[in-house]
Amino acid sequence: MRKPASAFAVHAILGLYTLLAIFPIVLVIMNSFKAKRAIFNTPLRPPLPETFDPIGYSRVFGDSSLPFYYLNSITVTVGTIFLTLLTGAMAAWALSEYKFRWNTLLALYLSIGIMVPIRLGSVAIIQLVAEMNLINTLTALVLVYTAQNLPLAVFILSEFIAQIPRDLREAARCDGLSEYNIFLHIILPLIRPAMATVAVFTMIPVWNDLWFPLLLAPTGGKQTITLGVQQFLGQYITDWNAVLAALSTAIVPVLVLYVIFSRQLIRGLTSGAVK
Amino acid sequence: MAEVRIEKLRKSFGAVEVLKDIDLTVEDGAFVVLVGPSGCGKSTLLRSIAGLEPVSDGIITIGGRKVNDLAPAQREIAMVFQSYALYPHMDVAANMGFGLRFAGTPKAEIAARVAEAARILQLEPLLKRRPRELSGGQRQRVAIGRAIVRKPQVFLFDEPLSNLDAALRINTRVEIAKLHKLLAATIVYVTHDQVEAMTLADKIVVMNQGRVEQQGKPLELYYRPANLFVAGFIGSPAMNFLPGKVTPGGVDLGADGALALPLPAGAVPGSAVTLGVRPEHMRIAGTADGLRIDATVELVERLGEMGYVHLRLPSGAVAIAEIRGDVGLGTGDRTSVALDPAHLHLFGADGHRIA
Repeated sequence: MRKPASAFAVHAILGLYTLLAIFPIVLVIMNSFKAKRAIFNTPLRPPLPETFDPIGYSRVFGDSSLPFYYLNSITVTVGTIFLTLLTGAMAAWALSEYKFRWNTLLALYLSIGIMVPIRLGSVAIIQLVAEMNLINTLTALVLVYTAQNLPLAVFILSEFIAQIPRDLREAARCDGLSEYNIFLHIILPLIRPAMATVAVFTMIPVWNDLWFPLLLAPTGGKQTITLGVQQFLGQYITDWNAVLAALSTAIVPVLVLYVIFSRQLIRGLTSGAVK
Repeated sequence: MAEVRIEKLRKSFGAVEVLKDIDLTVEDGAFVVLVGPSGCGKSTLLRSIAGLEPVSDGIITIGGRKVNDLAPAQREIAMVFQSYALYPHMDVAANMGFGLRFAGTPKAEIAARVAEAARILQLEPLLKRRPRELSGGQRQRVAIGRAIVRKPQVFLFDEPLSNLDAALRINTRVEIAKLHKLLAATIVYVTHDQVEAMTLADKIVVMNQGRVEQQGKPLELYYRPANLFVAGFIGSPAMNFLPGKVTPGGVDLGADGALALPLPAGAVPGSAVTLGVRPEHMRIAGTADGLRIDATVELVERLGEMGYVHLRLPSGAVAIAEIRGDVGLGTGDRTSVALDPAHLHLFGADGHRIA
């Protein structure tokens, strides 16, 4: 047991940090429900009956292209999560289970991806995507994000796979499962918590990214929501009601995804497997 | 059920040879126990039979079929792991039927076979539980059930009782013996516990440093150990060894005295030998017509009806003698011990049995 004093200190620090982190979000949501004048005059005050104005939301929902931007963002995020988890888990399984030439070297090569920011390669990526005729497609974004997230995914998942007792895999082999079935029916169910962790790590930066949508899919109805919001930011006039409302609604899908994954973060799933 | 034959089996990890020229036959329906100290290669041999460990050289056949290049599943074996290795995300019934599900067995038959195994192992009330909700002994039974359900040619047990507490270990040992009778199964069983080996086995294979030291019926190994290693390994407490020299009429044990003994033709007078005698064949203050040695009592261990006396002999060697009832000895007492001439073992300088 921790001493009450130090427990209090820890909670105080965490609570302070939470306040700090949540403040801008609350500010955005609060002001999204206010009239434009009130946003500028009293930005820190919650919406009151006389300042309440859902005009931002009606503009966002009235905009015919915004639902597509939401859909684009969701497609890219979910697609990236799926591809990252599938290929990441497969690579992690292969690297931790099978002995082959260059195994260690390959793992090292993958871990370099954690250290080198993918944005350094932006120019090369644009050239590559253009060569492949994938400019202004969601495919380009999904592929680039998968590449970006794969190193960390492989790293985390192989650590978890290494913790699965060797006897379990061998029992499955004796039971006559193919290597694919061992992966699908033994390994995947047992690393679910780790996959949820990876999914959360993957999802947030992808959802929030502005860089690659701007470079790879800036037009043609393939904009993501972070890019789509930019249409309300003009050189001379900015529709703050719509910007704030769009940003507020943009929180919802990613929050739903987070809730789904966080339910998988159950610890001790392997307990009872081996003594 | 089937016979397992192993011929000239070799296995190396890099430069280290862990199995050296293993020849072994497991007869159809036999219970063979591989026993030896840790690191002797017994588990590696079992895993080689299972197909979990590739072999470097030699032949393994199961039921007359060469299985060297077959995957574990194709060898028709079932393995029970020391750690049980139950799938934690499935209930007991799913654990037992898992292999059959992937073999394409019809659902009704899987259910029937699982129910049958559950009945034999008294697992019926537990079928819907997850492994983490079971006790160690129950998990062990599920692991055995998973093996039974697949109706394998050969059962392989890898130290299945090591994780159980003492009382449960004895119970489960008896159950495994009953199961062997019931299923008439061919079983290869690895353990480091020689009591398990003695009680369960039709044939014991004693291994040491990757070699088979001796194989045979339990009592054969007990009464006629082929070499010093087997003599020291089988039997508890271990056999006493007294160094000596061959004389024309018997064995000279130096300060401990001399022993008249009919020697086999090969024994050259003057060569070094080791005399082995089990604690139960050393009688405190006995009147056997063999050799009597004076000794000092170092320690008395009383187990109830029987006990053990640790003795310091005149040569400085330590020997353990079995006692029955209360002989009234205590530390520091002087006594004498008689060696039963009918149960003496003589080993040459190379460790092999002479007589």
